[in-house]
Amino acid sequence: MVLLPAFGYLPVLGGDTFHLEAWQALWARAGLHRSILLSYFSGLITTLVALFIVVLFLAANQGTWLDRTIRRLVSPLLAIPHAAVAFGLAFLIAPSGLLARWLSPGVTGWERPPDLLIVNDPLGLALMAGLVLKEVPFLLLMSLAALAQLHPERRVTLARSLGYAPSIAWLKCVFPALYPLIRLPVYAVIAYATSVVDMALILGPTLPPTLSVSIITWFNDPDLSRRFMASAGAVLQLGVTLAALLTWWLGEQAVQRLSQRWLVNGSRLSGSAAIAFGGRALLSTVTLLAMSALAGLALFSVAGFWRFPDALPGTFTLDHWQRILPSVTTPLINTLSIGLSATLIAAFLVVATLEHAARHHLPARRVQWLLYLPLIVPQVAFLFGLVVAAESVGIRPQHALVVAAHLLFVVPYLYLSLSEAYRRLDPRWVQVALSLGAPPWRAFWQIRLPLLLAPLLTACAVSLAVSIGQYLPTLLLGGGRVPTITTEAVAMASGGNRRLIAVLALLQALLPFIGFSLALLIPRLVWAKRRQMRGAA
Amino acid sequence: MPNNRNSLRATVAMAVLALALPAAATPHTSDWQSIMAEAKGQTVYWNAWAGEERINTYISWVAQQVDARYGVELVHVKLGDTSEAVSRVLAEKQAGNDERGSVDMIWINGENFAAMKANGLLFGPWADAMPHYPLTDPDNTPAVRYDWTIPVDGLESPWSSSQVVFYYDTALVENHPNNMAELLEWATLNPGEFTYPQVPNFLGNAFITQAMLELSDSTKLFYEPMQAEDFDTATAALWEFLDELHPHLWRSGRAFPSNSADLRSLMGDSEISIALSFSATEASGAIANHELPDTVRSYVHDSGMIGNMSFMAIPYNAQHKAGAMVVANYLMSPEAQAEKQDPKVWGSGTILAMDMLSPEERALFDDIDLGIATLPPSELGELLGQPHPSWVDAIAEAWQTRYVN
Repeated sequence: MVLLPAFGYLPVLGGDTFHLEAWQALWARAGLHRSILLSYFSGLITTLVALFIVVLFLAANQGTWLDRTIRRLVSPLLAIPHAAVAFGLAFLIAPSGLLARWLSPGVTGWERPPDLLIVNDPLGLALMAGLVLKEVPFLLLMSLAALAQLHPERRVTLARSLGYAPSIAWLKCVFPALYPLIRLPVYAVIAYATSVVDMALILGPTLPPTLSVSIITWFNDPDLSRRFMASAGAVLQLGVTLAALLTWWLGEQAVQRLSQRWLVNGSRLSGSAAIAFGGRALLSTVTLLAMSALAGLALFSVAGFWRFPDALPGTFTLDHWQRILPSVTTPLINTLSIGLSATLIAAFLVVATLEHAARHHLPARRVQWLLYLPLIVPQVAFLFGLVVAAESVGIRPQHALVVAAHLLFVVPYLYLSLSEAYRRLDPRWVQVALSLGAPPWRAFWQIRLPLLLAPLLTACAVSLAVSIGQYLPTLLLGGGRVPTITTEAVAMASGGNRRLIAVLALLQALLPFIGFSLALLIPRLVWAKRRQMRGAA
Repeated sequence: MPNNRNSLRATVAMAVLALALPAAATPHTSDWQSIMAEAKGQTVYWNAWAGEERINTYISWVAQQVDARYGVELVHVKLGDTSEAVSRVLAEKQAGNDERGSVDMIWINGENFAAMKANGLLFGPWADAMPHYPLTDPDNTPAVRYDWTIPVDGLESPWSSSQVVFYYDTALVENHPNNMAELLEWATLNPGEFTYPQVPNFLGNAFITQAMLELSDSTKLFYEPMQAEDFDTATAALWEFLDELHPHLWRSGRAFPSNSADLRSLMGDSEISIALSFSATEASGAIANHELPDTVRSYVHDSGMIGNMSFMAIPYNAQHKAGAMVVANYLMSPEAQAEKQDPKVWGSGTILAMDMLSPEERALFDDIDLGIATLPPSELGELLGQPHPSWVDAIAEAWQTRYVN
């Protein structure tokens, strides 16, 4: 449904022959090359920086009080919607933003905001910063879930007994084993960062915008014939994302080759102090920035008029909350019921598939790439086809259809969050159970599931957050009959009232926040007496 | 169900026929009665942009009214962009769902209307047959009959009128400009303190269209479909103006706010001191919302400002057409229009012609307190009509090629 219109075929708009006009129109667009480069590089750089910060922190992590605190503060960040982080960050760093207000006029001497291009900068630095803020918590959580089964303490202890500094020991003995487990999440980050729309709209460059934003503009253009070009753009976007993934894969190969010598060169101490400091400092900065962005939002949700350069709003008011709260009950219930159904169904499907593969020792199949397609093709491009498909077979817009659409996005995230942990679980546990006469289902319920409790709950929390964040699938497949907190928030965001946006963003963050808290809390309660089993907590 | 639909179609056809006869300017009451009877108990899904909390509140007020009066349940489908509803209808048509569409009514105008009309996605004609339609004095009000110069042909009913106004912070600007030339002069003296939303946002388009109209000696050309050979000469003055203006804009014209809301935030943050809006009451509303300082006031250019109307349209495959018509008709009632014009509620301009109303109905409008930053209708100046969409499209395209590198 994306491909056909890209080549001129969409009968309802009078396109009934195949041709390349859409592509010619696309290539002729002003600024297309810059758009492509922006999407490509912002995706790669974001992922690299986010991964770097996470790895450095994990290497530096000594399980001290400070480390645990930083780590606990990071997880809730995952719950904040992308758009909310973007709004918060934009308000933090803009020339008229929170930082400038706190420093002005005292330090800077500014009575009026300086005319500086910080947000929407042409190189996309603000956009990348925003993406890093969101992707660091994601990668950290994924790593922590995977680490649980690698027994990093044992590896580090062994290496330390050979005289390695703790952080070097972690990098040389744990990371090479960890990376394969978080590889798919890393790929998901690349795909997401190259095609992100909401953050790019708020923080990204505008002349021209990133490719994904251009595509949305064309799809939304009142001139319906632009949809042909938009479809061609969506195919191009897929190409850009794949190119970024390929580049990363080549980079992986190169790093693997080049690091061989370093891994075994016996150097035990060099750089460990820098790593220990850098890891903590970087992650703290990320956390601090994100928290300040959130604080800015919270402040705005109760702000009256707030003139630059005042450090605080002139007046405070609960108006904004009072106006929004009465109308959010139904959306909240919808959001929760759809999110839970989608997550439960997805968990059932994914666990059944993985269990089947594990029992029959099936290798990972190439087909699984199909599963990830919804994550890398721009939503707006293929959702139209999905609506046509549902309508063609006579399925009316309803709750169940929205759940089905969410599954398209929830299943891949759940799969990629869980599959490696599942596959790499030491098979001897189950073998022991079977050899003791337990039937396979019992080995599954009593051995495998409890052992995988932490990663499974984390994956579910991620899925819930993914479902809650869906806007276009909910709106288009629900035919507007299924309002969720996110459809409300996005519609309100189009009006740009920062105070009301802040209220809705905080509400939108609430449900995933509860999800992530439960994912961390439940293993702690269930395994209160078994410290090794708590995993990510 | 099929019978109902056919009878509805027949009713509307009769109503429209009746209108065609000079002797019967309003549909026969029995036709309207049967539409109302069919509407009772229907649920109407109204797809409307929902970025403004005041508009949403007004729509929920309308929902209460039509429920109490006509037994019609009205559901506001909140959109971030009108094209999302167009997408839905388009997908349904592609899939062959011609009778049970999920969009009953769309808040629409201009290019979206032109596109839906051209692609046969609209139901009608029906709007001329609505009992309240004559109150807009269609014979003497071209804006009701032409949406951006495209003939409405009864495919949409008028709802709201809006005109571009500038607003400025009196604490920061002493004398506001009165035309584009003075705006350029002011911007040169106050670099970085004015900007407009990025084209092709509709307010951005409106600004460059306003500039094109103001800077041209004769504007007649712009109200007919564009001929390619006229483009360069007719728009030369516009590009000369914009080329000169851009280096003095906010961020030196290297970035633009994405929409009117962004623009308003910049104003609230004191980043800029002059902005523009498609709603005469935006400034008053934003002051009441704590978004703008109470020193903000509105003004218009001497030569008049561009404006247009927005409408209600019913998709060709809407499932609840009768209900939608009843709602659309109620939206044109003096009561609903007066409520809408009150800045404390929303503050959007009425489409009713005052001399078509009874004294009691007129009083509803006279009693409205417009708010400190709103110009009274008498000071809004001449309303310049929207040029033909082909012109707006062409200058928006040319803007992209010129200023996106």
